[in-house]
Order: sequence, then C-alpha cells, then structure tokens
Amino acid sequence: MSSTDIAKVDFDKVNEIILSCGPKKSNVIAILQKIQEEFRYLPEDALTYIGTKIEGLSPATVYGVATFYNQFSLDPKGKYIIRVCDGTACHVRGSMPLLTALKAKLNLKEGKFTTDDMMFTVEIVSCLGACSLSPVIVVNGKVYPKMTTDALKIVVDTLLKQERGE
Amino acid sequence: MTIVEVKQEEAKKNIAAQGTRILVCAGTGCVACGALEIIEEFKKKGLDASTIQSDKMTVVPTGCHGFCEQGVLILIPDLGINYVKVQKEDVDEIIDSVKTGVPVERLLYVDKDTGEKIQKREEINFYKKQNRTALGNVGKINAEEINDAIAFRGYEALEKVLTKMTPDEVIKEVTDSGLRGRGGGGFPTGKKWFFTRAAQGDKKYVVCNADEGDPGAFMDGSLMEGDPHRLLEGMAIAAYAIGADEAYIYVRAEYPLSIRRLRIAIKQAEENGFLGKNILGTGFNFEIHIKEGAGAFVCGEETALIASIEGERGMPRSKPPFPANKGLFGKPTLINNVETYGNVPGILLNGASWFAAFGTDNSKGTKTFSLTGDINNTGLIEVPMGITLREIIYDIGGGLRGGKKFKAAQIGGPSGGCLTEEHLDMPMDYDNLTKAGAMVGSGGLVIMNEDTCIVEIARFFASFTQRESCGKCVPCREGTKQMLAILEKIVAGKGEMEDLDVLEDLAIAVKDGSLCGLGKTAPNPVLSTLKYFRDEYIAHIKDKKCPAGVCTAMKKIVITDKCIGCTKCARTCPVAAITGNVKEQHVIDQDKCIKCEACIGVCPVKAIIKE
Repeated sequence: MSSTDIAKVDFDKVNEIILSCGPKKSNVIAILQKIQEEFRYLPEDALTYIGTKIEGLSPATVYGVATFYNQFSLDPKGKYIIRVCDGTACHVRGSMPLLTALKAKLNLKEGKFTTDDMMFTVEIVSCLGACSLSPVIVVNGKVYPKMTTDALKIVVDTLLKQERGE
Repeated sequence: MTIVEVKQEEAKKNIAAQGTRILVCAGTGCVACGALEIIEEFKKKGLDASTIQSDKMTVVPTGCHGFCEQGVLILIPDLGINYVKVQKEDVDEIIDSVKTGVPVERLLYVDKDTGEKIQKREEINFYKKQNRTALGNVGKINAEEINDAIAFRGYEALEKVLTKMTPDEVIKEVTDSGLRGRGGGGFPTGKKWFFTRAAQGDKKYVVCNADEGDPGAFMDGSLMEGDPHRLLEGMAIAAYAIGADEAYIYVRAEYPLSIRRLRIAIKQAEENGFLGKNILGTGFNFEIHIKEGAGAFVCGEETALIASIEGERGMPRSKPPFPANKGLFGKPTLINNVETYGNVPGILLNGASWFAAFGTDNSKGTKTFSLTGDINNTGLIEVPMGITLREIIYDIGGGLRGGKKFKAAQIGGPSGGCLTEEHLDMPMDYDNLTKAGAMVGSGGLVIMNEDTCIVEIARFFASFTQRESCGKCVPCREGTKQMLAILEKIVAGKGEMEDLDVLEDLAIAVKDGSLCGLGKTAPNPVLSTLKYFRDEYIAHIKDKKCPAGVCTAMKKIVITDKCIGCTKCARTCPVAAITGNVKEQHVIDQDKCIKCEACIGVCPVKAIIKE
C-alpha cells in the first residue's frame, strides 16, 4: 500500500456505498461490485475499511472474497475494458487469434493486460451469452459480434481517434 | 371473474388497441446486431408501444426469437410475416409492408437448399421441429411490460394454485409431470420439492440458480431477458408448495440485461399484487431478491451458490446435509435452475399429462439448447426430449457451415462430453447422454467440424475447469492442474505414450474423489475424447502431428509460389513476420510468426497454407 493509494480512496464514497447496499455480511459482494464500479478497481484500503466496518467480517475475509471472484480486480484498470470472449463457441471460431492480435496491437507483452497509459485493459472472459455471433468482444459493455482481426483493429483505432478528439 | 381473469381481459384489450404488432427481437444477439437502433428508428416514425398509433401498428421489443444467426429478426404475427437480417435502413419499407400487407421480398428468409423465399416463420426448417413451451412467450411479449405477460396467460397458473390447490396437490402435479432439473443433474423436481416441504423449519427459502456459467450456453439468460415473469411465477408456485416466503435469484454478473429485466419484472409484479404481501388476496406472502454473482463458475454448484449469497467465497459444502434440510442461512432451501422454474407454470396450467406427452420414458417435456459452433443456423432452440442429434444438426441447424464434415458435438460444456458420428441417431435424453459419457448439462451444444482439434478442445476445457476450481478439495485442485499439464504437454508436441494412461487414471481419480459437481464432472471432456478420439491423441504423441492443423507447436504457416506479391499479408501480420518486395513472393519468418492465421484470411489467391 503506497501513500498515494491512501490519498486516492474517498472514504465518504465507500461509506455511502456500504450504507446504500446495507451494512450486512451477505451484501459484501454487492458492496465490492459498487466500489469497483466507482474506482474501476478495489483499492486495498477500501477492503480493509469494509472489513472493520461491517459486523461479522474481518479485513481478511473481505480480501478472501475479493480475490475469489473473477470479476474483482485489485489492480487499476484502463478506461476501456476490452473483453475477449473465450467461451466454447467463440473458442472454436477463433477467439485466441483475436486475443493475440489485440495484444500485439496494443503492445501488451506476455502477462500484461493493461496499457501503460491506462487507456486499455484486455480481459479474457468465459462466456458472454452471445454465442450465436461468435467470436465476440465487448468494449465497455458494447458487444461486437462476428469479430475478425481486421475488424478488431478498426475498433481499437476508432477508440484511439475518439480519445485524440478526431 | 377472478382477479387475474379481469386483468387478462384488460391486457388483451390493450394489446388489441396496439393494432398490428411488429415484434423486434432485442435479445443479446440481435442487440449486438443493431436491434436497438432499429427500435429507435421505428420510434422516430412515431411507432411506440407507449403511444398507440392511429396507423394501428406498434413496435414491440421482445426477447430472443431464437434464430440468432439471421439477426436482427422481426416477426409480424398478424400478417404472418417473418423478416431476417433487418437493418435500420429497412424500417420505412417494413412500415409500408404492414400498411399494404405485401411483404418486403428481400428481407424474407431464403432456404439455402432450395433458394426459395419463405414468408412464414413456422415454415422455416429451423423452427419446424421445435416446440417452444418454457420459452413459449419469449419473443412474443415485451419483457418490460407486465401487461403483455398477463395477456399471454402470465400468472394464471399462480392464481389457480393459490385459490384451488393445496401445496401437496401442487407437488403431486409436478411429480406426475416427470419434470427433471434442467440445470444439469436431472434430479426429479417433484421429489426435491417434496423433500423441502417435508423438512422441519419455521423459515424456508426458494433459490433460483441463474448462474449459467457453461461457456457456450445462453438459454437461461434468454428466458430471463424474454419472459422474466414466467420465472417469477414458477418461483412463487414453488414457494407456495414448499412453504417459503422469501427467495433469491442468483444471476451471473455477465448478464446485465437479465438483471435489469428481472428488476423491472419484480417491481411490476409487486405493483400488480402477484408478489409481496397477501398475494391475490389469498394471504400468501412472497418476496424475491436478486443477487448478482461475481464471475465464478463453481457458484453454479448449489452449495457454493448458497455460500456466495451469504457473502462468502463461493466454495461448495459437503452433502449431506442437503440444501433441502440445511441450505441458505442454515434453513431448508429449494434450489432449482431457471428453465426448471420456467416449466412450472405450464405444468400447473395444462396438467401433468400435457407435459409428460413430450419426451421419452424417463425424460419428459422439452429442453432448450443453445446451438452454436460450426453450424449454419446458430441460435436458441427448444425441442422435445428424445430428439436425435442428427435432427438438431441437419434439420434445425441446417448442417455444417461451408459443407464441412461433422466431427463432434460438445454437450454440457466443461462438465459434459463429446458426441460423435455414432451418436447421431441416439435419442437425446438424460439417461442416454449419461450412458454415452456426456450429460445434458445446462444445454450448451457446440458443433465442431473436421478442422477442430479434439485434443486442443480437451485442453481448453481442462484449462477452464482448472482455473475455476475453487481449491477446497485436493482431487479437484491438484488433479485438474496435473490433467491440464499433461494436455498442454501433448498439445505442445512433447507428449509420451505413458501420458495417456496417467491422464486416464487421473481423470478417474478426480471424478471419484472430488467434493462437488465441478470436480466430479471436470474429467468428462478428457474421458470422452480419449474414448472416441484416442487416435488423435496418438497422432499428437507419436507422429508429432495435429491432424486438424490447429495446434500451433506443430503448425507451420508458409507462403507458396502462388504468391503474387500483393503485400496484403505483410500489412496484416500483427507481428511483422512477413517480408518481401512488391510483386515478388513473400516469406514468413518462422521465429516471429505467432500462427494467428490472419494472413491466410486476407490472401486473395490462397497462396498461404498451413503445413
């Protein structure tokens, strides 16, 4: 935990989220989801805070929940989250070549999933339920069906252009 | 007239006042193809369900029509017109066609064998052999308008149950129907209800498992998106039968649309007195909460799901005690999946014998499948149990894409197994599939052609289950890891013949020794592919060859002398592995090549081949 990390966490916001969901142990997943939505990841300080704030929880159990579920990330994510579906249907129709091409396009080396400028995060997900249109990718909630490596490049380039205000 | 009858009467009048209904599919698939833009376009022309038009036509966004491959789909039931591959530019013509009754020819479905244009949906092969019951209203109604659900007999069964039947009679009806759990295991639903009713406890819960984690399956999502009221009604009936007053629907977070529609449906059902306190004046109380999952496949296992609702790591608990006796918050809990509850209202409305008339001796009713992979007609289907794989692939699915040869069908996802040519004519039901080493599972059906490497698919599923193993019990935690390691070794061309024996032993040990369904079924893909495609494993090990040309370690992509030097491939290559001068043959630097095959796709003269 660095000191800059502490400065970033807005505890009023965390409090607000805990209260809106209800300060109960059974609501901890919902609370973490809202916190991630707010901060784009789960700051460790927020986890510790929740663990001391809610009865029946400890920082360790909250950390345990946060690291168990795939949805949660303890690392900050990029502005655009590109989820490459690797469900069975997408896999047999070539989702892995898409991933390779995407990581090459974004210059992401092995084991790296977020670009240095915090613009893009690439995630592999197991199924998005759009199997008939495989392979699909989802960028911040928008589904792009029947993807090809070419179409993927166009999607990324369009986003980059948008960012540059073109 | 009863309360529901009055509401139904009124709802039907409302629908009649809408004039010709233009049903636009707004399921996940069609939305991805631009359904929302089409609906917007219709609204711009003044057609909106909330403002009834003098033109006497209304656009209605609905749930999944099923034939996702042909999206965006539009159905106009009054005129018997079905449109496919609709785009927003077509809206004007569609409106004209409703006015004149003459269909827009170019938007009709074309049968690929006969070349004939087909206007009526029920005459299209994809729909002919289907029997939509659980999905009966999906695609017919606006999922966000309870009025539509009521007009199509929503909550009629609930009223019948609450006013005319005892809980025991309800359970008997469900038992007699022969309904079995649609989530995978196939446990008789009536029996489960009976056990939960019999369990001692002042407080009981109903839980719906909507954590459709099987990659390649989207039936439950489609039901929730298209007809959430049916699920709520089924759950309310179950609650009455077992004596519960509170319920949770555990929905995976990857289904935001389902979650949104369920929230709307619950609110509208409460406003109409179908949920909440003193339902339909009978004194029965019942409330439903939604819990969002957070992306863990193991949470599809009932005890892990319960742990997750309680706010813990989603790890399974040992059984017994079964949830029927000690489930959510330690109370007796009934847990069924979405499709199972979706079948309940129909059974209570039409009787057990109506339901039992579909299917085979031990597997009654219909089953939804999501049909995907290398097949022409992908989509959501509902067929009677006992249908053959051949009928699904060739009649409904229209055969394999590009006329390729059928190789295998993966059914039940990472928990299921593969079916091969020899199973094409086997009636598909719970027992036959188990005998064949597969399982119905949730109903994901992925068709694979001759270009699919079966060993790589086994590795794919093993990596999935290994990643999703929660780590609680040793056989699953360590076993899936070692199975994956062996499969990776084989796929990388470094396998030895002994590996196959170790793999098989391991698979059996994991199957027998694991705590929950995830581990018990994780070896299924390995065992069934070893059984039916052992040759292919041996080819990888002995000949160091991938017969399907998929495994990258054994694959080499080369440019032949057909190359005309157009430079397209060099410009496409994501890693700049291709070099060459204009109008001269290009070459691939094998050290740089990542074998993504992007170049093969762009070559205009098919000069690039896999070796």
